Amino acid sequence: MNGKERILARVRRALADVPRDDRPYAQAVRRDYLRQHDERGAEDLVDLLAENLADYRAVVHRCGAGELPGLIAHLLGERGAKSVLVPPGLDETWLADTDVRRVADRPESTPHELDRVDSVLTGCALAVAETGTIVLDGSPDQGRRRISLIPDHHICVVRVPDQVVPSVPQALERLVPGRPLTWISGPSATSDIELDRVEGVHGPRTLEVVLMSG
Amino acid sequence: MSTTRPGTPGPPPSSRPDPPDFPAFPRAAHQAVRDRTLRGNLRHATHTIRAKRAKAVAEVSDWAALREAGKQIKDHTLRHLDRYLEQVEETVTAAGGTVHWAVDAEEANRIVADLVKETGQREVVKVKSMATQEIGLNEALEAEGIRAYETDLAELIVQLGKDRPSHILVPAIHRNRGEIRDIFRSEMGKWGRPAPEGLTDRPAELAEAARLHLREKFLRAKVGISGANFVVAETGTLVVVESEGNGRMCLTLPETLISVVGIEKIVPTWRDLEVFLQTLPRSSTAERMNPYTSMWTGTTDGDGPSAFHLVLLDNGRTDTLADEVGRQALRCIRCSACLNVCPVYERAGGHAYGSVYPGPIGAILSPQLRGTASEIDASLPYASSLCGACYEVCPVAIDIPEVLVHLRERVAQGGPATRGGNKVVLRPAKGHTAERAVMRAARWALARPGVLRGGQRFVSRTRRFHPRSLPGPGRAWTGTRDLPAVPAEPFRDWWQRTHGGKEGPR
Repeated sequence: MNGKERILARVRRALADVPRDDRPYAQAVRRDYLRQHDERGAEDLVDLLAENLADYRAVVHRCGAGELPGLIAHLLGERGAKSVLVPPGLDETWLADTDVRRVADRPESTPHELDRVDSVLTGCALAVAETGTIVLDGSPDQGRRRISLIPDHHICVVRVPDQVVPSVPQALERLVPGRPLTWISGPSATSDIELDRVEGVHGPRTLEVVLMSG
Repeated sequence: MSTTRPGTPGPPPSSRPDPPDFPAFPRAAHQAVRDRTLRGNLRHATHTIRAKRAKAVAEVSDWAALREAGKQIKDHTLRHLDRYLEQVEETVTAAGGTVHWAVDAEEANRIVADLVKETGQREVVKVKSMATQEIGLNEALEAEGIRAYETDLAELIVQLGKDRPSHILVPAIHRNRGEIRDIFRSEMGKWGRPAPEGLTDRPAELAEAARLHLREKFLRAKVGISGANFVVAETGTLVVVESEGNGRMCLTLPETLISVVGIEKIVPTWRDLEVFLQTLPRSSTAERMNPYTSMWTGTTDGDGPSAFHLVLLDNGRTDTLADEVGRQALRCIRCSACLNVCPVYERAGGHAYGSVYPGPIGAILSPQLRGTASEIDASLPYASSLCGACYEVCPVAIDIPEVLVHLRERVAQGGPATRGGNKVVLRPAKGHTAERAVMRAARWALARPGVLRGGQRFVSRTRRFHPRSLPGPGRAWTGTRDLPAVPAEPFRDWWQRTHGGKEGPR
């Protein structure tokens, strides 16, 4: 017998005492927990998102669509960034006001090359207000997973209120499981030294989230 | 030590590594509680996280409902595990992954070592994973000439310090910042980039030192090895929950990714994640959400590893599943909340448990995964005061005290169990002869009212001559407590004489 047959045979023997249960899975689990914890309206949800992002040390900015290029230029300038990684489908107007060198997200770039880029600018798939989380799903405005990982400075633009969901259950409903997903809640952190949280280990140590309305 | 003999004929038990050679819990704990630094470190860390967890849990008003749903999802999955295992193989394969099945540690290590060798690489980067710790993967790879670099900060501290993990979430919880700085200063240079000059013990500086040390390894890595927190049967998606970004590095930069996952990590549907992504971070690091969660389904063209292997690991899990009471331990999502509230763990520390799974969950998991044949595993069910704090905080409602008592029975009395897929009958453990003799005597006396009455009167009348401690095998019991004082008059005599206290002197 191969490994698979042996394991499956052991599982079946182990469950010999368990009475058959042919209920469909939908009925097997009682799901009387809440779909969301906060019943506020769309605008208040954006406030909650901003609050929770900031609580885990993300830097939060708010602007209208027209102000975005100016804000991006300001953030890159303030950081002293010389280069910025740009996903293939990013709205080019977002970078209209800055002349920082653009680096394309290309499959042949090596991790070492990406390590020399100062910043990365992406959109997102959605944001979760209750937990202060942004989710990337590899869409053209977000690029490959590694581009939002290696540079030390990540600017992520969230379109509010459209891209904001209240809770984790509602986020999962909107996401496509087959895509590579990265859930980000604040900058990289660790609790490994005396169980105290310290920000800034391997991922971007600075996470700036721009909540763009309109 | 108990011995086993086959109860039913069957294939010979598969080869297992030798039983763990650790001292019994009381002896190991005896040393640990005398280590004042260790006790100070543990007390500080567990109390910090306890208060934070309580606050994070209080934020969600439906905690009890989430906990119950988590329990039901896991129970349902375990009851239909064969079906879901086959579904995982289908969906992962359809998404471009390759599925391997490993009955025990040796098989899993062989599969992983062969996969690494096929790539021609001599080094791998690892995400923190309990399953690979459990099977001793790093040592097995080392024997094949492959170097495995741990990249989680606490695992790095353990690896550099040639130490053993002592906590599920924070394997270096027994080290304080000063000790960590000393390890970094003296050891980092032997593994790669040395610690920066003038490194202090500020946590932020220590984290920065780890960042610099590991960065070169991440950037050149061709093979990554991980575990997984969840595997979704419906979609073939794997989930890794982490904080530092080392997980993302290992999961996305290498060309080949190998994930070793216990068969109990499956959840049936995508939707099930909505429960655990709310309960796990709050129970574990006491956060609303951990900094990074990665979800991947097979391989994605042009993004991340081009080869993905999933190794499904049994290694004692099906034996555990065969136990009607003990199988609930397989619901565990490795959050470590039970360690952080346990008064025994807080004082004895993780090393005394002689396993990668310490604390209350370790006390019920290790003797089931490994059997109760070794000294340490036979002693673990007793490493608890049965206070029940672990059950209270468990996000999947594992009744740890219930399983502890059940396993104590198995150790003291022996009886049927499953080892290596075979039904066996365990002999009673030797160290419990006196306990069994006392129980037999009690059963005999309690069934004979005359004997009981005579015995009680005799004991009452001789009370002046009773010692404060027991001789012989009873000495261990009275080593930490006085023998209770016997009343001057047996209760039943008092009741008859006073008609239940209604008359006469009390």
